[in-house]
Amino acid sequence: MHSNPGLRRLLTHRSARWALATIAVLVVAAIVGPWLISYGGAEQLDIVRLKNTPPSWSHWFGTDQYSRDVLSRVLSGARISLAVASLSVLFAITIGTTYGLVAGYVGGAIDGAMMRVLDGALSIPRVLLLLAVLGLWHPVPLSGLILLLGGTGWFALSRLVRAETMTARRLEYIGAAEALGASGRRILFRHLLPNVAGPIIVSATLSVGNVIALEAGLSYLGIGAQPPTPSWGSIFLDGVDFYAGNWWVVLFPGLAIVATVLAFNVLGDALRDALDPRQLHSHRVPSGPSATSTSVNELLKNG
Amino acid sequence: MAETNAPLLRVHDLRTYFYTDGGVARAVDGVSFEIAAGETVGLVGESGCGKSVTALSLLRLIRPPGRIEPGSEIEFDGKNLVTIDEAAMRAVRGARISMVFQEPMSALNPVFTVGDQIAEVVRVHHAGSKREAWDRAVAMLDTVGIPAPAQRAHEYPHQLSGGMRQRIVIAMALVMNPALVIADEPTTALDVTIQAQILELLRSLQTKFGTSILLITHDLGVVAESVSRVIVMYGGEVVEEAAVAELFARAHHPYTEGLLHAMPQVGQERERLATIPGTVPPPTAWPAGCRFHDRCPYAWERCVAEHPPLYQIGAGHVSRCHLADEPERRAQKHEPLVVAAGSSS
Repeated sequence: MHSNPGLRRLLTHRSARWALATIAVLVVAAIVGPWLISYGGAEQLDIVRLKNTPPSWSHWFGTDQYSRDVLSRVLSGARISLAVASLSVLFAITIGTTYGLVAGYVGGAIDGAMMRVLDGALSIPRVLLLLAVLGLWHPVPLSGLILLLGGTGWFALSRLVRAETMTARRLEYIGAAEALGASGRRILFRHLLPNVAGPIIVSATLSVGNVIALEAGLSYLGIGAQPPTPSWGSIFLDGVDFYAGNWWVVLFPGLAIVATVLAFNVLGDALRDALDPRQLHSHRVPSGPSATSTSVNELLKNG
Repeated sequence: MAETNAPLLRVHDLRTYFYTDGGVARAVDGVSFEIAAGETVGLVGESGCGKSVTALSLLRLIRPPGRIEPGSEIEFDGKNLVTIDEAAMRAVRGARISMVFQEPMSALNPVFTVGDQIAEVVRVHHAGSKREAWDRAVAMLDTVGIPAPAQRAHEYPHQLSGGMRQRIVIAMALVMNPALVIADEPTTALDVTIQAQILELLRSLQTKFGTSILLITHDLGVVAESVSRVIVMYGGEVVEEAAVAELFARAHHPYTEGLLHAMPQVGQERERLATIPGTVPPPTAWPAGCRFHDRCPYAWERCVAEHPPLYQIGAGHVSRCHLADEPERRAQKHEPLVVAAGSSS
């Protein structure tokens, strides 16, 4: 057995271990949490006696103004927020990677046309576009939200993949694969894809954090996940009118958002270090601003 | 050497031009040669003389803005490789004609094990299941002299030395048992001791499989010990062709002569190696007349005015030089034009 040097480096990275642990706890809590807690996330327990009660032994995170258990809501919210974010990022990287690979490999006029389309798409501010579409599509189902977040999230990634592909296709082993009879499609997905996978994984990780924050923002504006479906943003929205007295309704979903986004960003940074292709050959090189980090920073700027 | 009369490969009037912003680069301009089954032929010349483009043209791996001009013929397996469709060409690449690249460092994909990469060639040509492809890969590693092939097959390229990696590249090229292997400077990136081992390996594999080899190199030393026939290229053309012993004993073309003089020799007392003055002209602007005339120590008016044909010098020996017509001119050696022009300005 051989172990992947990138993975090994990731696991020796201290903040990466912290981030991975946080994400693991969140994911496990999101999956099994709602079964361990006897209250449903949308269940109104006792509107008279359990309205707005502070944290206690029976309700660790307190209850909100509809007498719902905030801990159960944060846990069910984790399901929604994590699922929406990861599915939409998965959707985005599938489109973005394919588009970028094809453009970068084919080159020429086709690449030119594909890039102009992308320039057009990138010139539209993502949040404004989402606000406009969600304003018309109301109430939006979760699948619709995933498609919209994914469908507007692949432009910058695609550009990054194209740039990486253009560099990789000039490598001699790609030429060697051609000289040994591999077809264009085989070269694209079997030979080029693994070589551009590093930046894709990094930017996907970073965008999970971004999309969670974005989805929370949209839900907070009332146009994301629709009540009574609890996403972290909508729980926050429920509490924000009363937060002077009921700090717990705002604090716990807020903490969940901050911890998750932070964890994904830290993990993304650690992955970028671990997957740097120049470090894949077991010897360490002094770290510094790398081509990958520049392109990822650019990606972040572009949203 | 098992030579037959019917050539395995017949290249006729191959022209590969690149349509660049700076004009049409005639990188390969009317090259013709043959390779018999089981034969090793050396293709020699400086950088920029067109030998690598010739090799890539044989596999039809020329990318735009380059293209193989219509009318060029590459006859192989009874087909003209210039005109067959892309799927048919893919079936030739790697299976019937394959290529060994110069840099074993960069010719291997860093993300796959070496066993995977050799097996991939078998898989691409649908020549067996995953299991069979892997077994063939391991057997091939053994053939190219990798110790403990079953374990080594699981290693990644960066875990192997340069010589080992070149053996892997050769294993990839030979796993489908092709009829012709094009080796583009296969030893240039290696240490001298490893070079000899790799050349010896190529020789033994050739004897074993009866493969023809087109060995591309700028190193006449490599040619002397490896090939039976030499083709010298200059300016996108064949300028001389002869059996290896004949070429070393009776080089005719002044360019070949220059290359031979530029070779370091044991026991030679000269302090500096002889060089050929000037450089290969850009392929967008080959000189009129003989393409070598401005660097040639024998050139006279005729060389500037008239493009020389390939003259027959002896049995299997041709040279693209007017000296074949006027041998007495060889006595009148002078400074080449490039030197004269350089000193006068």
